[in-house]
Amino acid sequence: MLHSAYLMPLLPLAGFVVLATCGRRLGDPLAGWIGTLSVAGSFVVASVTYAGLLQRPGGPQREVVQTWFSWIGVGGLQVKAALLVDPLSVTMALFVTSVSALIHLYSIGYMHGDADYPKFFVYMNLFVTSMLLLVLGNNLLVTFVGWEGVGVCSYWLISFWFERDSAASAGQKAFLYNRLADMGFLVAIFLVFSKTGTLDYLGVFSHLQAITPGARTAIVLLLFVAACGKSAQIPLFPWLADAMEGPTPVSALIHAATMVTAGVYLMCRVSPLLALSHPAQLVVGSVGAATAFVAALIACAQQDIKKVLAYSTVSQLGYMFLAVGTGAYEAAIFLMVAHAFFKGLLFLGAGSVIHGLRDEQDLKRMGNLRRYMKLTFFTFGIGWLAIAGIPPLSGFWAKGDILTNAFARYPALWAIGLLTAALTAYYMSRLVALAFYGDDRWREALARPDRSAEGAGSSVPHEAPWVMALPLVVLSVLAFFAGALSLPWHPAWDPLRWLGPVFGSNLYSPVQSAGTKWALAIADALVALVGLGVALPLWIRRSERPALEPPALRRALYLDDVYDAMLGRPSEAFAHFAAVVVDNRVIDGAVNGAGRLVSAAGGALRRVQTGFVRQYALGIVLGAVVLLAWMASRALS
Amino acid sequence: MTHDSVFPFLTVLVLLPAGAAVVAALVPRNLSERTARLVVSGVGLAGTLATLALAITITVSYQAAGGGYRLVSRHEWASSLGISWHLGVDGISLFLILMAAVLFPLALVSSRVHHQRRAYVAWVLLLEAGCMGSFVALDLVLFFLFFELTLVPVYFVVAGWGFVRRGYAAIKFFVYTFLGSAFLLVGIVALAFIHEHQTGRLTFDLVDLTATHLGLASQVLLFLAFTASFAVKVPIFPFHTWSPDAYAEAPVAGSVILAGVMAKMGTYGIVRFDLTLFPRAVVDLAPLLLTLGVIGIIYGAVVAAATRDLKRLVAYSSLAQLGFIVLGTFALSTQGLSGSVLQMVNHGLIVAVLFIVIGFIYERRGTWQTSELRGLQRGAPVLAAVFTVGMMASIGLPGLNGFVGELLILLGTFLTHRWWAVVATAGVVLAAIYLLWAYQQAFHHEPDPQSPTTRDLSWREGLVVAPLVVIIFFLGIYPKPVLDRITPSVNLLIHRVETATSTHQPSVATGGSHPGTPVRVQVGGSP
Repeated sequence: MLHSAYLMPLLPLAGFVVLATCGRRLGDPLAGWIGTLSVAGSFVVASVTYAGLLQRPGGPQREVVQTWFSWIGVGGLQVKAALLVDPLSVTMALFVTSVSALIHLYSIGYMHGDADYPKFFVYMNLFVTSMLLLVLGNNLLVTFVGWEGVGVCSYWLISFWFERDSAASAGQKAFLYNRLADMGFLVAIFLVFSKTGTLDYLGVFSHLQAITPGARTAIVLLLFVAACGKSAQIPLFPWLADAMEGPTPVSALIHAATMVTAGVYLMCRVSPLLALSHPAQLVVGSVGAATAFVAALIACAQQDIKKVLAYSTVSQLGYMFLAVGTGAYEAAIFLMVAHAFFKGLLFLGAGSVIHGLRDEQDLKRMGNLRRYMKLTFFTFGIGWLAIAGIPPLSGFWAKGDILTNAFARYPALWAIGLLTAALTAYYMSRLVALAFYGDDRWREALARPDRSAEGAGSSVPHEAPWVMALPLVVLSVLAFFAGALSLPWHPAWDPLRWLGPVFGSNLYSPVQSAGTKWALAIADALVALVGLGVALPLWIRRSERPALEPPALRRALYLDDVYDAMLGRPSEAFAHFAAVVVDNRVIDGAVNGAGRLVSAAGGALRRVQTGFVRQYALGIVLGAVVLLAWMASRALS
Repeated sequence: MTHDSVFPFLTVLVLLPAGAAVVAALVPRNLSERTARLVVSGVGLAGTLATLALAITITVSYQAAGGGYRLVSRHEWASSLGISWHLGVDGISLFLILMAAVLFPLALVSSRVHHQRRAYVAWVLLLEAGCMGSFVALDLVLFFLFFELTLVPVYFVVAGWGFVRRGYAAIKFFVYTFLGSAFLLVGIVALAFIHEHQTGRLTFDLVDLTATHLGLASQVLLFLAFTASFAVKVPIFPFHTWSPDAYAEAPVAGSVILAGVMAKMGTYGIVRFDLTLFPRAVVDLAPLLLTLGVIGIIYGAVVAAATRDLKRLVAYSSLAQLGFIVLGTFALSTQGLSGSVLQMVNHGLIVAVLFIVIGFIYERRGTWQTSELRGLQRGAPVLAAVFTVGMMASIGLPGLNGFVGELLILLGTFLTHRWWAVVATAGVVLAAIYLLWAYQQAFHHEPDPQSPTTRDLSWREGLVVAPLVVIIFFLGIYPKPVLDRITPSVNLLIHRVETATSTHQPSVATGGSHPGTPVRVQVGGSP
């Protein structure tokens, strides 16, 4: 049942090829259906592979390598295009394909009427292919292929509406932040190869002793630099908020559920290396906790519904890195999966609101939508309670696991995490209050003409078609019940604990007593309720509270301005200096000056310009041709 | 072992385009304009396509094992002068030949020339003969002749069919590279005289001269003389300022051949002659050249970022790309050098796509200034897609050919010269910056209401770029057939450099006139 695993990335790739070659002829909605079905097929293959892997006993039996062909082979460097099918990669593939299939389905409705409808699915399918290569790659280089592939698809999809300057710039910004971080990935690859002579994960892990402790820390931290770019951690997170310029399904799929978790996945993938480096663990955990807190703080003051969710994503990714830093890899994966469900749901719900309000994204111009968009409100509400950490929804369990582990390892980071949990409940409740409660502040927005013809003329927000509603329902069920993943299932097929052998660690730290765990869980639930209780009354009554939205937070701590002043403008000035002064005046000036000097000295300036070079050149060619012809005639005779 | 083939493939490879050039030049002048154009185009296309067919045959029949010279064709010519017609191909030159043979017909088809087609086609064909000859010549004088021969057609193509400042660009190119060649000529003659002094026999044969015993000082001097010429041709920073002018002012075919093929004559010359003849100087001066390569990578990217002229931008981006090739060469590791050889091919294909698409843009809009182009993607999505492929390959996106070469170069450099590789990795980021900026300016935004809507690619134009796009993908996904042929020859060369530098014994290398010498290089490094 495992031999079909290679179809996982190949099915979306086939969809990509079909859509790229004849997407325009297939049109709307057929192109969307082909994209969706190819990804759904990939999900079926992932399920079959999962079942196949479960039938095997645990341990090395569950590490299956599938080789396609030899990709790059020079001397000692032998890199194969190959997949590694193991519990970690299959878990990732399962949730990536399921969420992707749902969001593809949603996009059929959301993108309806767009001029570039087929192209949207071309990029989306290529994205899913790349994402699957990323998680299924057998070596660092195949993972890097996927890593860059998702990056470039993200660039194309963010700047999908490229006529809008803000969208084009946002896509570029995302790509550049990621490229900058990817330097770390490349250097890490070089370092791994120079130490172990291989890039295969299993090969590297069997050579761990060959790597000095310093090099281990260096490798992990270099990879973490790349992870910080892809997963938008301090200091490389500003691109993610801008990435909201892309169509909402893109935000849901790439910038919430899947691509941005790639950094967490990478850290989990190299966990055997990470586990041996305590300094690296501390760095990863601290950056994660700090990012979780700062991003949550910024989310409290955002006005654009998608930007609240974007900073919320940054914050949740911070939690995942906190988990990785404490060695609780299973908890990181648990939150990653749960987050994919509830954040995907929240984004699609937000998309439904935006769609219903004809592209209005400003929370201050929403309000009272629960009366008009009942299904959206109900499903969004589940996502809200889940991320806020209200028991028994999935977020409570996933976040709880992380905080419990953090408490055991780094109590200070646990405290930051707990505070962040309160903030999370607060900003999400603020969002819900502003969008779904209060007064109807959207009348003006609806008076505008619509992007698509559908729904035009209605004066109240309208609910989305079924292709958009169905994913909302499915995701809300998943977001509600995903906490069940951590129930003590039968050990043979426990969806989280089967990851244990990959990481060589357990979900729960064995030293903690049941009493501590209960106390921590109650604390989690309490802070969530506090956040809820503070935000709802505040923001339902009034939509304008400037004191609670300080400009520093609204402008994301002025990070963009700081980077621009410190890096952007000086580099531009430097490039200008290099081009105009160094290249033009100094280097080329020297060349032309020398030329003029020689010509003037020989008095040949005029002759050069009137064909001296021409005659000289002709002389060369005649001489050379005669010489060569003579030689060649000898050669042929 | 001087002949391992009945049919003189390589001699024909050189003579075929040269013969076609003569035919094109001799097309009668009394034909009607239409007929003349058809005949001339036909001759040009037939000549370049026949050369391509021959190059494909050579590639297919090439035996990679051992890595020595194949299809060798060797004839004494002026034995009193020591010059011989000695041609041969190995893994290092094989794909350069094929790449050049692919680019010439495309360059010819992609340029619209309205006056003096006869002369234009003849010059381009003569240029092809010169390029092919440079890549297969194993006699230094022969190489020099071909190397010089290429200057002339380029001079006339740029000066005759170029853009506004074509006269300045053509003279600058000619004088600059010609001055560089003077050093090469002096170096070649000096080397041959040293060899004659040691063995009593005057020869310019590369294989014979390999056995010349050279002290470190003379190696360094000769290395500098050879490298000065190659550095101008590549160009290597800071000898590059002729290239933005020449690339920008040349017609499409000129830019494609200059950047795609002729730049590789410089890097190829370094690999073939410097590494073979002066291994100790190469090892000693590697840090200098590595540094120049890294500077080229960073500097080219920085200047490109400040450039708003697409053709000049590609010129500076080439400077950066060629910096990678120099870096990988002087890393002196199997991965680095194989990566460099592969990247020579890759870069040729990538700049060809970019210059050809820029040519298409010029035909539509009459400019290649990014500030005057807006929203091209809306009207011409296919054209935008083709440009994107070239751009992403240049950025080094995995799955496209540029990545494989860059990865091998950086990894190979990291193994021997760690910090140079780390700095050069920054060039990977910089490439993304300037290319995406340029792309956004030219292709994104709303189309300019003032300018007419931009036509998308026609079938003819699509057919011109399609082969390049296919090869770019192929080499990115499955470079194995190419790498498997490059690596044995690279191993041989690296092995030679290593032996020459580690087991340096003055008495060993004196028997230059020994009859077995030509074969020794082939046998020496085979496993």
